[in-house]
Amino acid sequence: MGARELNLGYRNRELLYLAVVGVLTGIGFASVYIARQSLVSWGSLGYAVFFFALYLAAHLVTRLTVPNADPYLLPMAGLLTAIGVTEIYRLGASDAFKQGLWIVVGVTLFAFALWRLRRDYRILEQYKYLFGIGAIALLFLPRVPGIGTTVNGARLWVHVAGFTFQPGEFSKIFLIVFLAAYLREKRELLAQARLKDVGPLLVIWGACMLVLVSSNDLGSGLLYFGIFLAMLYVATARLSFVFGGIVLFLAGGFVAYEKIPHVHERVTIWLQPWTTQKVFCPSTGGLALRQDCESYQLVKSLYSIANGGFGGTGLGKGTFTSTNGVQLIPYVNSDFIYSALAQELGLVGAAALLLVFMLFVARGMKIALQADDGFSKLLAAGLTFGFALQTFIIVGGVLRIIPLTGITLPFVSYGGSSVVANFLLLAGLLLVSDRANSSR
Amino acid sequence: MNRQISRIALVALLLLASLIVATTYWQSWEAPTLAAKQDNAIERVAQFRIRRGLIYASDGKTVLAANVAKKSAGQTLFFRRYPTHGLASQVVGYSTQGRSRAGIEREENAYLTASNANLGTIFDKLTDSLKGTTVRGNNLVLNLRVKAQKIAETALQGKCGAAVVLNPKTGQVYVMASAPGYDPNKVESSTGFASILKSPSACPGSSSALYNRATQGLYAPGSTFKTVTVTAALESGKYTPNSSFYDPGYCTEYGVPIHNALDQNGPEQFGNVDLEQAFIHSINAVFCDLGIKLGAQAILDTARQFGFYSSPPIELPPSEVAASGPYDFAQHKLITNPRVLDPGRMAFGQDKLLVTPLQMALVAAAVANNGTIMKPHLVDKVTSPTGGTVVKVHPEVWKHAMKPQIAAEINQMMQGVVQSGTGTAAQIPGVKVAGKTGTAETGEPNVYTAWFIFFAPADNPQVAGAIAVEHQLNGFGGAIAAPIAKQLMQAILTPASKH
Repeated sequence: MGARELNLGYRNRELLYLAVVGVLTGIGFASVYIARQSLVSWGSLGYAVFFFALYLAAHLVTRLTVPNADPYLLPMAGLLTAIGVTEIYRLGASDAFKQGLWIVVGVTLFAFALWRLRRDYRILEQYKYLFGIGAIALLFLPRVPGIGTTVNGARLWVHVAGFTFQPGEFSKIFLIVFLAAYLREKRELLAQARLKDVGPLLVIWGACMLVLVSSNDLGSGLLYFGIFLAMLYVATARLSFVFGGIVLFLAGGFVAYEKIPHVHERVTIWLQPWTTQKVFCPSTGGLALRQDCESYQLVKSLYSIANGGFGGTGLGKGTFTSTNGVQLIPYVNSDFIYSALAQELGLVGAAALLLVFMLFVARGMKIALQADDGFSKLLAAGLTFGFALQTFIIVGGVLRIIPLTGITLPFVSYGGSSVVANFLLLAGLLLVSDRANSSR
Repeated sequence: MNRQISRIALVALLLLASLIVATTYWQSWEAPTLAAKQDNAIERVAQFRIRRGLIYASDGKTVLAANVAKKSAGQTLFFRRYPTHGLASQVVGYSTQGRSRAGIEREENAYLTASNANLGTIFDKLTDSLKGTTVRGNNLVLNLRVKAQKIAETALQGKCGAAVVLNPKTGQVYVMASAPGYDPNKVESSTGFASILKSPSACPGSSSALYNRATQGLYAPGSTFKTVTVTAALESGKYTPNSSFYDPGYCTEYGVPIHNALDQNGPEQFGNVDLEQAFIHSINAVFCDLGIKLGAQAILDTARQFGFYSSPPIELPPSEVAASGPYDFAQHKLITNPRVLDPGRMAFGQDKLLVTPLQMALVAAAVANNGTIMKPHLVDKVTSPTGGTVVKVHPEVWKHAMKPQIAAEINQMMQGVVQSGTGTAAQIPGVKVAGKTGTAETGEPNVYTAWFIFFAPADNPQVAGAIAVEHQLNGFGGAIAAPIAKQLMQAILTPASKH
C-alpha cells in the first residue's frame, strides 16, 4: 500500500467526520431554537453552516500541512467546541457570538502554527529556556499593576486594549514544551537524581507554584504539578519521583489547608456542602446554612446535574433561571458548563461527552506511543495528559470527587484564552502525529 | 518510554472514567435525595413549568387547588391559586415558589407533577414533552365533604381546635378541620406569611394556623382515653362491664387524693357503681383505681394496639403527622418505660399522655368497626389529565385494636354516654349515637381541652370522629365539643347531602 493512498484516506476520513459534526451542530442549534422559540429559525442553520465552513478551512490547512496526521482529533475538537457553543448559545446568545469569534481566532492560530512548524516542529527544542521563562512570565503577567484584574478571588486575568485574557492557559502549553525539551535532554542524568540536574526543574516548578498559590489559582496549581510529575515519570521511568511528588503535594496541600483561608474554605465546601445548622458565612459575616452561603454554587450545580436524570431535559429545556429570571448557578457557562450539559443531555449525553474526551486522550496517547523521538513523545504525552487532567480537575470538582477549583473544560467552556490555547494544543498533537505517520 | 506512556495513558483514562461513574451516581443514585432538598431551586422552578394537577373535594366539582399561567423569561410558568381561600387549608397545604410545600401539595407532589412511576402517567408525560406541550400533572379527588367541612370550620371559628370525621368501615376521611385556618394564597407574600405565622389570639401561646391540629396537635386526651383503658380492662379478662367498683369521690395515689371532676355541687360522688356506669358518668376515681390495678404496661400495650406510638398512615407529609402516647415534655420524645408513668392518672387520660385528634377519631372508629381500624385516607382517587383513573384508593386494614365482642360491649357503653351520661348534647332524634366526652386539664388552672369522640349510627356505623377544642375556660367536652359532633354527624348522615 502506497503512502499517498494512506494519506488521502486519513484526510478524507477527517472530512467525513467533520461533515457528521456539522450535521450534529445543526441539529443541536435547531433543538435549542425549537425549545426556546417554538419555531425553527434560519439563524440556527447559519451557525451550523458557519461552523462547518470554519472547520472545512481548518481541514484544508491540515491537508496541506499535516497530511498524515491523525484524522480523529480535529473532528473531535470540532464536536466539543460545537457542543460548547450550542450550550453557551442556549444560556445566552451574546456570549455564544463572542465564543464563536474566539474559535475563529483559535482556528487561525492553529493554522498559523501548523503552517510555520509544518517542516519540523522540533526547532522548538532549541528555544526551550525561552519557553520556560515565557511560562513564568505569562504567569506573572496578571500580577503586573495596571493590566491584571481579579475575578472571583483569583488574580488570573490580563486586561489590555479592551481584551481580557488568561495567560495561564498559554503558560501551560509553554511549560509542556519546555519540560519536553528539557527532560529529553537531561533524562539520563535526571534518572540519577543529582541535585545539579534536577535544580533548574525545581526552580521552574517552584516559581510556578509560588505564583499559583499567591494568585489563589489552585486548580491550575494541581494541573501544572500533575503534568510535571507525569512528564518526569515518562522521561525517567522512576516511580519514586512520582510518589515523592505526591507526598510533597499532600504535605503542601495540608499546609495550605491550615494556613490559607481560601484553601481551607474550598476543602470544607468539598467535605460538607450541606449543613443542618447555621454556620459562619464569610461573605456576609453572619450565620447561614453552608448550602446558602459558601457551597451555594457547588450545591446548585449538583441539583442541576441530578435534575437531568437519565435522558436529560433536552437542549434548551433545562432550568437555569429562577421564576423571575435570575441565574441560579453563577458561572454556569464557564466553570459549570458541565452541570448545564448534564441537566439538558442527561446521563446519556454527559457520558457520551466524557467518552469523546476519553477518545481524544486515547488518540493523543497513541500519538505519543507512535512518535519516534523523545521530544515528540514527551510533548504529545504532556499535552494529552494535561488535557485529561484539566478535564478531570474541573468536572471532578463539579461532581465533588475533588475540591472544586475554577478552571475551564477544554474546548467546551466559555472563555477565549482557553479555546485558543486548546487549539494550539491540538496543533501540537497533529504535528507530532504527522511526523510519526510520515516516517513509517 | 512507551511503557511509561501506556501507564500514564491508563491513569488519564481512569481519571476520566471516574467522571462517568460520578455522573451516574448523582444522576441516578442520589437524584431523588437531591430533588427532595428544600433549597433545590432548580427542581422548584422546573416544577413550576408543569401544570400541576387540580385538587378536588369529594363531589369532584369543588376545586381546592387550581393554577394560573404566567409568562416569565420566555417560559410559561404555572402558579397555584386556592379558589376556596382556605377550605381545609392545612390538609390541602400550599405549593409556592418561595416557601416550598405543605400538606397534600407536598405529600402527593409526585402525582400532582406527573412524576409518579405509573406506566400510563409516564406515557402521557412523554407524549406531552415530545409534542412540546406543557406537562400536566394528575388530579386528586379527596374524600372531604364540602358541606360538613364547612360546618366544622364554622363551628370552630374563633377557637383553636380540630375536628376529624371518617368512615370507620373504609377509612375515608370526610372532615379534617384545624382552627384557626389560613388562606394559602397569602403564603407567598412575606406580610401574608407573617400574619399566618402569628400565634392565634383565641389561644395565646399556641401554634400558628399553619399547624394541622388534627394530625399534629398533641393534647391531653382526658376522659376520652377511658375508652382505651376500658378496652385494656376487658381484654385482661379480669373485668366485665358489670364489674363493681366503689367510688368514694376520690382516688388515693402515692398518699394524695385525686378528686373526681367538679359539677355544680362540688366533686361528684357515686358510691357503688359498675364499670359501665363508671364509663358513662366518666368517674375518675374508679378509672384511677382501675389503672393502678391494671398497671401502666397493660394500658400502654392496649394503646399500642390502637396505633399509639406510631404516626397514622395518612396522605400527609410525615413531619405533619404526630404519634400519640406518653411524652417526655422536656425532650419531646415518646416514653416507652412504664415505670416513669403514673397508671392512675393515665387511666383517665392525664399524666404524660398526649394525643392527636386523628388518633382519637381512630379510637372511636375501632369501637365502631368491631375493633378493626382502617387506614385513614384523605385521597379517594388519582385521575389523569385526560380523565382516566390512575389510582383508586381501596380500604385497607391498619390495626386490630380489640376483639369484636369487646368492641360490642364498649359500643353499648358509649351509647350510654350519649343517652344518659356526659354526652347527651350529641343526641340526634332517630339515630343511635355513641360517644365519649373528655375535659382534659392543661396545666393552666381552669383551662381545659374539650373533647368528644363519637360514631353513629351505633348499630351500623357510617361516621366516626373526634372533636378537640383547646383553651376552654371551664369548658366541658360534653358542652363544647359534643354539639359540634352532632352537627357533623347530621350533615353526613342526612341522605340528601351525600356530598
